[in-house]
Amino acid sequence: MTNVLNEWAFIGVFFLLAPLLPSLPIAIAALISPRKPNAIKQATYECGLETVGDTWVQFKVQYYVFGLIFLVFDVEMVFLFPWALAYQQLDFFAFAAGLLFIFLLTDALFYAWGKNALEWS
Amino acid sequence: MDIPTLEQLNLSAAFPAISLALGTCLLLLVDLFLPKNRKYLTAWLALGGLAVSFIFNLFAYNSSTTALEGMFIADQFTGFSNIAVIVATAISILLSIDYLKRHQMERGEYYILLLFSATGAMFMAAANDLVVIFVALELLSIPLYIMAAFRPNDARSEESGMKYFILGAFSSAFLVYGAALIYGASGTTNLTEIFSSVEGILATQSASSLYLLAGTALLVVGLGFKVAVVPFHMWTPDVYEGAPTPVTAYMSVVAKLGGFASFLRVMIIALPALALPESTIAVWQTTLWLIAAATLILGNFVAIAQTNVKRMLAYSSIAHAGYILMAVAAAGTAGLGDSAAQAALIYLLAYTFTNLGAFAVAMVLEKTDGSNVTLDDFIGLSRRQPLLAFLMAFFMLSLIGIPTTSGFIGKWLVFQVTLEAGLIPLAIIGVLTSVVSAYYYVRIIVNMYLRENEAAVGDEGEALPGASQYVNWAIYASFAGTLILGLLPVLATNLVNTVNLATMFPR
Repeated sequence: MTNVLNEWAFIGVFFLLAPLLPSLPIAIAALISPRKPNAIKQATYECGLETVGDTWVQFKVQYYVFGLIFLVFDVEMVFLFPWALAYQQLDFFAFAAGLLFIFLLTDALFYAWGKNALEWS
Repeated sequence: MDIPTLEQLNLSAAFPAISLALGTCLLLLVDLFLPKNRKYLTAWLALGGLAVSFIFNLFAYNSSTTALEGMFIADQFTGFSNIAVIVATAISILLSIDYLKRHQMERGEYYILLLFSATGAMFMAAANDLVVIFVALELLSIPLYIMAAFRPNDARSEESGMKYFILGAFSSAFLVYGAALIYGASGTTNLTEIFSSVEGILATQSASSLYLLAGTALLVVGLGFKVAVVPFHMWTPDVYEGAPTPVTAYMSVVAKLGGFASFLRVMIIALPALALPESTIAVWQTTLWLIAAATLILGNFVAIAQTNVKRMLAYSSIAHAGYILMAVAAAGTAGLGDSAAQAALIYLLAYTFTNLGAFAVAMVLEKTDGSNVTLDDFIGLSRRQPLLAFLMAFFMLSLIGIPTTSGFIGKWLVFQVTLEAGLIPLAIIGVLTSVVSAYYYVRIIVNMYLRENEAAVGDEGEALPGASQYVNWAIYASFAGTLILGLLPVLATNLVNTVNLATMFPR
């Protein structure tokens, strides 16, 4: 059990040090920086332009379908790149596995096509 | 890592599940070309796919090999579970054909989701690896979430799907976390290898044994959610009530089949040696028997208070999960793993036929206006439809566990193995709650046969809203299964006589 405790001690030290590191510069800045507040500086921080209007707007539901289909191809790329690169050294099993993967993806694509999910109307 | 050759994968052992998966993928494309008014063809093709899978299953039935690099076991346990899943799915398809048309939700995707879910259950029964169990569980569950919400413009159906999805995803997280802890402790996800590493881990008395214990507990929680045992049962009544009735019938049976198959495999193959020093009883036995007792008591007593038939059957299904869990608990005693698995399998098959039959009759009484089937709808059924009333009475008697029905055989085997394991209090609770359950099951029989003189009684031979040829086939098939198992239990016990989870592989 002592071994385990020793290993965990590193994590304990880490937890003590971790909050210290980011809080130190903030504390130093608070101590030594000059203070000249104005309206813009006091405003809530927001990156980019200020928002106009309500954020609860309706999206076309087709974005969702397009997102899903994009994801299909996105994942396909991740798996097919290494497969294609190592193609010369692969045996029949890896070839068959790749084909099976492509079959499943085209199956889904044909289904989406048949349901007119690829048309923007 | 070596890349295996096709021969090493031994795909032919996994053909029953693989053929169904590939067939479903093709059906997805075929369905696109079927015109809208002929979607029933998809149902027939789905039945054909199940038939092909059934034939492959016959060839693989008595094998005893692993496939896919030890992740998949083809043995009698797998074969028997596959039979139950295929039969349950086929009966559910027969129930669905006219129901979907009547409720304006006839879409080919329904049957495809049904088959994908069945594929998941088949892979789950055969999985010998925690990762495969998780993936198969998701394949089983995700189509069920969609099918529960399949009724358009019906808030209850949507609520049912949403509730099931959120709680199902939550419980999957428990399962994965449990698998991760067990992997952390043992360094493997393969059930057989976990077994061989357990004793070494316990001997070192390191923190790993705590991880193993915590991982086991989380696995029990995750699988407990899926098979709906107390205290992880809260979603069941709402989901079962809101989902379309054929979907309810299907998920009450197949989700339990898959869940309990994995439960048995994990507990009997991987974790039987997780015991205190010098003890032959696994530490999880006490937990499981407490859960089983709570499930039996709560399921049976709350079912008494229900007037909505679907909710009553939901609580009844919780209670039956308790009976099956009795067998899983009994498996914790060294040497009883195999007989416990056999008892649980036969109970599951008996429950499959009986419960599908009961839901089918409830579906026949269901009106299209979305109102619930209540106990009062059964009043005078014996005069309106004598045959249907007789079959419903038979299903109810089987759910109680009266001799000559399949329910009796299942309960008898489960109680026997519980007594062999020395869990006498649990067996007593099981018998007493069976008596309690008779109250609410017999109430339906009383309504059908003894309350004929009341106003609600319809005319003789009056047609029922959900009756159709296919539904009748489904009911007759369920009846045949229930009766044959009840009269000739030896047929089923012979099918599982070499189930040997505990002794399958040399260790």
